[in-house]
Amino acid sequence: MNGIHDMGGMHGFGTIMETVDAPQFHEEWERRTMGLVNAMMAGFQFSVDEFRYAIERMAPAHYLGSSYYEHWLEGTMTLLLEKGVFSQAELDARLADLSTEQNGEPA
Amino acid sequence: MSSDGIPGPDSEVALRVKAMESLLLEKGLVESSAIDALIDMFENRLGPWNGAQVVARAWTDPEYKAWLLQDGTGAIADMGFDAVQGEDMVVVENTPQVHNIVVCTLCSCFPWATLGLPPVWYKSAPFRSRAASDPRGVLAEFGTEIGADTEVRVWDSNAELRYMVLPERPTGTDGLDAEALAKLVTRDSMIGVTKVAPPD
Repeated sequence: MNGIHDMGGMHGFGTIMETVDAPQFHEEWERRTMGLVNAMMAGFQFSVDEFRYAIERMAPAHYLGSSYYEHWLEGTMTLLLEKGVFSQAELDARLADLSTEQNGEPA
Repeated sequence: MSSDGIPGPDSEVALRVKAMESLLLEKGLVESSAIDALIDMFENRLGPWNGAQVVARAWTDPEYKAWLLQDGTGAIADMGFDAVQGEDMVVVENTPQVHNIVVCTLCSCFPWATLGLPPVWYKSAPFRSRAASDPRGVLAEFGTEIGADTEVRVWDSNAELRYMVLPERPTGTDGLDAEALAKLVTRDSMIGVTKVAPPD
C-alpha cells in the first residue's frame, strides 16, 4: 500500500539530530503499550504483519501527528475491535469509568 | 509538543492504554506478569551489548566472521541471540571500499535480539525519509564522513528480514581480546550511521 508510512524519499521532515537523544519511552504508557503489544503477539492474538498493516491504515494526518507508540496503540485498537475481542461500546464504557476514577468523582 | 519534535502523548492516550489493558486482562487474553516480563526483557536483556559480542567475535575469529556473513541467522543463534525479531538476519560488512547503513523506511523493523529496541531517531520521519535518498547527508549529520571513493549501500529492513552492520575494526586494537573489543562497539556503528572509534 502506498500510504503515508512509506516515507522513503519524502522531503521536509527536518534533521535527525532533533531526536538523537530522545528517551526510549517518553511516558509510562508507552512502555506499557510496548509490553502489551508484544504479549498479544506472543499469545498469537495477532501477527506482526496484521499489526503493521493496521498501523498503515491509520488516517494519514493522524499518523503524521502522533507519536510512535501512539501508532502501536491505534494499530492494536483497530485489530482488537475488528476481531471482536471487545466492542466499541465496551471500550467507551471502560474509558468513561477510568476517566471518572482519575478525576476523583464518584462512579 | 515534546522535546523531540513529535507531538507528545496526553492523558487521554494513557487512559486508552489502561482501558485496553484492563479489558484484555478481564477477558483473560493477557496476563499482567507476562507484560512485565516482556518489558524487562526488552529493557534489560536485549540490547546492543549482544550485537557487540557478535562483532567482537567476528573481528577475532575469521572462521566465525565467514559464517556470520554467509549465514547471519545461524552464526548469531550460535551466540544465543536468537530471540524475537532476529529469526532471519543478514549481516553486511563495512570495509574501506563499502559502507553499509540500515533503515526501515516503512516503520521500525530492527534486529531486536542483537540490538534491542530501535532508538527514537531510527523510527523518526527524518531518518526514514532520507536514509535511502541521501545516505551521505544522513551520515554527515551523525558526523560520519565517507570518502567519495567508498560505495555507500543502504539496506531497507522489513518484518521478515533484518540487517546488522559488521563495522570496521578500528586501528590500534591489535592487542585487545574479544571482551575488550566488544566494549568499543556501539549500537549506532551496528546500524551503520557511525564508525567504531579507536580506544582512547
